[in-house]
Amino acid sequence: MAVLLIAEHNNKELRPFTLNAATAASQIDSDVHAVIIGQNSAEAAKQLSELPVVKKVLSVEGAHYENFTAENFAPVIVKLAENYSHIVCSANTFGKNLMPRIAAHLDTSQVSDIIKVISPDTFLRPIYAGNAFATIKSNDTKKCITIRPTSFEPCESTGGSAPIEKVDASEEFSNTQFIKREEIKSDRPELGTARIVVSGGRGMQSGDNFKLITEIADKLGAAIGASRAAVDAGYISNDHQVGQTGKVVVPDLYIAVGISGAIQHLAGMKESKVIVAINKDGEAPIFSVADYGLEADLFEALPQFMEELNKLNTIQK
Amino acid sequence: MKILVAVKRVIDYNVQIRVKEDGTGVVTDNVKMSTNPPDDNAIEEAVKIKEAGKATEVVAVTVGEEKAQETVRKALAVGADRGIHVKVDGILEPLAVSKILQKIVDKEKPDLVFMGKQAIDDDCNQTGQMLSALLNWPQATFASKIDVKDNKLEVTREIDEGLETIEINVPAIVTCDLRLNEPRYASLPNIMKAKKKPIEEIAASDLGVDVSPRLEQLKVEEPPKRKAGIKVANVAELVQKLKNEAKVI
Repeated sequence: MAVLLIAEHNNKELRPFTLNAATAASQIDSDVHAVIIGQNSAEAAKQLSELPVVKKVLSVEGAHYENFTAENFAPVIVKLAENYSHIVCSANTFGKNLMPRIAAHLDTSQVSDIIKVISPDTFLRPIYAGNAFATIKSNDTKKCITIRPTSFEPCESTGGSAPIEKVDASEEFSNTQFIKREEIKSDRPELGTARIVVSGGRGMQSGDNFKLITEIADKLGAAIGASRAAVDAGYISNDHQVGQTGKVVVPDLYIAVGISGAIQHLAGMKESKVIVAINKDGEAPIFSVADYGLEADLFEALPQFMEELNKLNTIQK
Repeated sequence: MKILVAVKRVIDYNVQIRVKEDGTGVVTDNVKMSTNPPDDNAIEEAVKIKEAGKATEVVAVTVGEEKAQETVRKALAVGADRGIHVKVDGILEPLAVSKILQKIVDKEKPDLVFMGKQAIDDDCNQTGQMLSALLNWPQATFASKIDVKDNKLEVTREIDEGLETIEINVPAIVTCDLRLNEPRYASLPNIMKAKKKPIEEIAASDLGVDVSPRLEQLKVEEPPKRKAGIKVANVAELVQKLKNEAKVI
């Protein structure tokens, strides 16, 4: 039986992690169908049909789908599940909110946040905030799987031409009403997908001092991250938080400034390709994961860093 | 309004866990255990709502082995009125826990069920959503703000794009984010008082729920270690290495 991928989108276009989830789905079975549930989401459905790994698109339209409420989405997918062996989506807040609701209706034990497909019934997933990896075999007939987006490459986004089939909407769940969404807008790359992330911790000492980080991030075209300690201290808003309770990031370059490296922070960044730590405490645990460690006062090091960057002829973007 | 709060006993968040040599799990013997951190936020929020005169009773429930009762006792020490301990040994998957909680909800008839958004041991992030599916109740996951308005809640949720606000009718499930509040510490007199508060013990087998696992944990292993890096002497060397050695800038 085929795999059903749940597309994440904003009604206008696909959200980027749908491409990573599509890759994971295609590793389970080459026959991947994708369902898109939304309101006036035809353009996003078309994008979905152009992913070469997707063989068929199921499109469900309804006013009550406009805001992606799990209580409205779950019945649609439960009904479609009859024809599929696996249901797959990203383990971001969209998928985390939705998938268990589907799994419970199907009486299936969900496998959350997998980082590798070992076989169609066996998966690798991190536990204890990434401090251990568990190999899990699912014995349920239908498998509900959420995938860690940063552990799978995005699939090709053009070249496919899957047929788009309309599917009937389900009834509205009226006990949950959407009120508003406050999206944090920024000219910088999104933290979850940025090639470079520059993060500050409690060592920054104040929100004002984050401008030292901002300057460097702008120069490098990087996203700005923060440790939980910096967020809790009010230096920066919590959408910047990297860690077990924030975002998990896997950039090519992660620069940790004034971050000691608590377990919960490391869980969010230690899979980065190259890690730089700048900290005046030479014993800070962050150095144990850093490829390049600089033991220095950040208030001296950051302006020098900026100076050195300015000296470079070219900077990769 | 009556609030049921589910709490789980996990390895304390400050403990660096160790994987067992035989690959069957992580070492839990002689390891400090605590309440799952966001479950503390769930208890705190329920107690605050009661203190504001908007709830009449806060009941703490846990599902697990004998010692799991410590988490209920701790909830009682910070303001829950009474406790329930559903006794069961062995590994329980979130699906099984949500089925047990469904039985407790049928019996207790709470207006709200609170719990942490995720347990920090298995990191599944499922139980609240599964329970709300089984009950066909609204779910407000990853809550960082809760306003109680008569028979509705206005809940702000932490989502990847920022914040989302929804309104849900009771009865409802809320899973709590660490940012929801600052959990209080139990005072010594309250710890003493909590010892007199009742905890009902229920055997999971009496609830008629099939809790047998559906998943097999084939192996638990250490994640691959990162290669030890180097210390650089100064910023100039760092930038040179990033440019010419790592080739990332």
